Amino acid sequence: MTDPFLHVEAADVYYGASQILFGVDLAVEQGQTMALLGRNGAGKSTTFKMIAGLAPPRRGKVALAGQGLAGRPSYRIARAGIGYVPENRQVFPDHTVDDNLIVAAKKGPRGDHHWNRERIYEVFPILASMKDRLAGRLSGGEQQMLTIARTLMGNPAVLLLDEPSEGLAPIIVQAIGELIKTLRGMGVTILLAEQNMHFCLGIATHATVIDKGQIVYRATIDELRHNENIKQRYLAV
Amino acid sequence: MNLEALASCLSSSACAVTQISTALIIGMLLFMVASGLSLIFGVLGVINFAHGAFYMAGAYIAFFTYQATSSFLLAFLAGALGAGLIGVIFERFIISKVYGKDILMQLLVCYAIILIFDDLVKIIAGPEYKMMGMPDVFALPPLEFAGGFVPAYYVFMIVASLLIGAMLWLAIEKTRIGKIIRALAINPQMVGALGINTTLLYAAVFGVGSMLAGIAGSLAAPTRTLTPGMGLSILIESFIVTVIGGMGSIVGALIAALLIGFTRAFGAIGFPLFVDGIMFGMMAVVLIVKPSGLLGREIAR
Ligand SMILES: Nc1ncnc2c1ncn2[C@@H]1O[C@H](COP(=O)(O)OP(=O)(O)O)[C@@H](O)[C@H]1O
Ligand SMILES: [Mg+2]
Repeated sequence: MTDPFLHVEAADVYYGASQILFGVDLAVEQGQTMALLGRNGAGKSTTFKMIAGLAPPRRGKVALAGQGLAGRPSYRIARAGIGYVPENRQVFPDHTVDDNLIVAAKKGPRGDHHWNRERIYEVFPILASMKDRLAGRLSGGEQQMLTIARTLMGNPAVLLLDEPSEGLAPIIVQAIGELIKTLRGMGVTILLAEQNMHFCLGIATHATVIDKGQIVYRATIDELRHNENIKQRYLAV
Repeated sequence: MNLEALASCLSSSACAVTQISTALIIGMLLFMVASGLSLIFGVLGVINFAHGAFYMAGAYIAFFTYQATSSFLLAFLAGALGAGLIGVIFERFIISKVYGKDILMQLLVCYAIILIFDDLVKIIAGPEYKMMGMPDVFALPPLEFAGGFVPAYYVFMIVASLLIGAMLWLAIEKTRIGKIIRALAINPQMVGALGINTTLLYAAVFGVGSMLAGIAGSLAAPTRTLTPGMGLSILIESFIVTVIGGMGSIVGALIAALLIGFTRAFGAIGFPLFVDGIMFGMMAVVLIVKPSGLLGREIAR
């Protein structure tokens, strides 16, 4: 029995005096697309910030490929292979699209350099056509593509996507979904936080449900699809 | 007011050339100091009230190195790198402790540093004025421009400052590290999450900013008397320059520094009593009309 590839164990996170996450356990295997589902305020973003080192756990463990990450500064966690794409599309607005990618370029944890700008522009043809445009001038969907592309430039071992469908028109959400499926098809390991279950049903392979800072359910995506009880209790709007 | 004197100077090319060269060297020194101040504020968000102390440190280090080696090149390098190194130490051990704190706290810490530096200079170099003198390599006949004469060293100072300013601009706009530094100014948390050691980068940026002040100090050393406290007046004028030019803009700092240089050089002839008033007046006008400065970025979000 080997440890899961990305492994969070019994993690507690606090903001000041208030506890936000309670003993969170999370396991993602290589090549999986794991959906982290939960209502607004359930603790999805906090879980991501904990993994990325922006909200370190007070107790518990975070490990990637057996290497402990909790308590390290965020830049070292990124270099260890965590590719964090925050919510709200934090592009560098005064940089061009190309420069956003250049800032993020680095080798992966085992020296891998699969992703470079050329490869990115093949996979994201929309971005190729607006290389020299300022990122702040892009539409919401384009900015979302750019933040994903930017994080891929760091050749991460796991991609953490925090609500990539949030606030986007249905047709754009569909395009983002196709993109994630493409990445999944390329073997990228993905952890995807969403409140939009229907979005995830089409693209994830596995699901973990979080509610009030606690993990309440984990299964394959097909099991979740047929579990009306869980969907009603934790995911109905 | 003596506008007649000003008019007669402008109509004599010898006088005009002399005043223009004076304006340019005042402007270039201010440009070097202010671009460092502006870089540090633009990226780290701290107003380095101790910036003048790095100018003074550069000047004194250049002075002592020149005394010891008689090499202006070594004196210049020592002044620049010495101030940069002191800047890195200051950032790591002192100013990084007050990032994000009340600006009064930052002011207090910087004021303490200014007092300590001034006292250190008094202890090491003595309270009296020091003169470095013109280095031998510049003991050349003055160069003639349009009937006026300009000392060779002035020409060197102007060219060197413009080159350093151009290099700084290119580094920030065109290189990868410059792009990272601009991103750091906007969203440091994101830059860290992309795998970049922001703590190291902050120290490096502070070091470069301090080095620019040290460069100005070592360039000024052959032309000015050195005194403990010499950092203060240049600090005040560089604040005026950064406010007029716009915090964070190198080209803005250049334009504003030249504006102040020309006001000082020609004002000394035409309206000596009003020079300071006019400088502060220009700053006030900019603050009212365009608070972000001539070329400053509008405050985002
Ligand atoms: N910086 C913060 N300080 C205090 N509480 C916070 C902070 N950020 C989020 N919270 C709280 O933590 C809980 C989980 O938030 P979050 O992780 O953003 O949820 P989700 O991403 O699932 O919508 C919410 O109750 C929210 O109000
Ligand atoms: Mg969230």
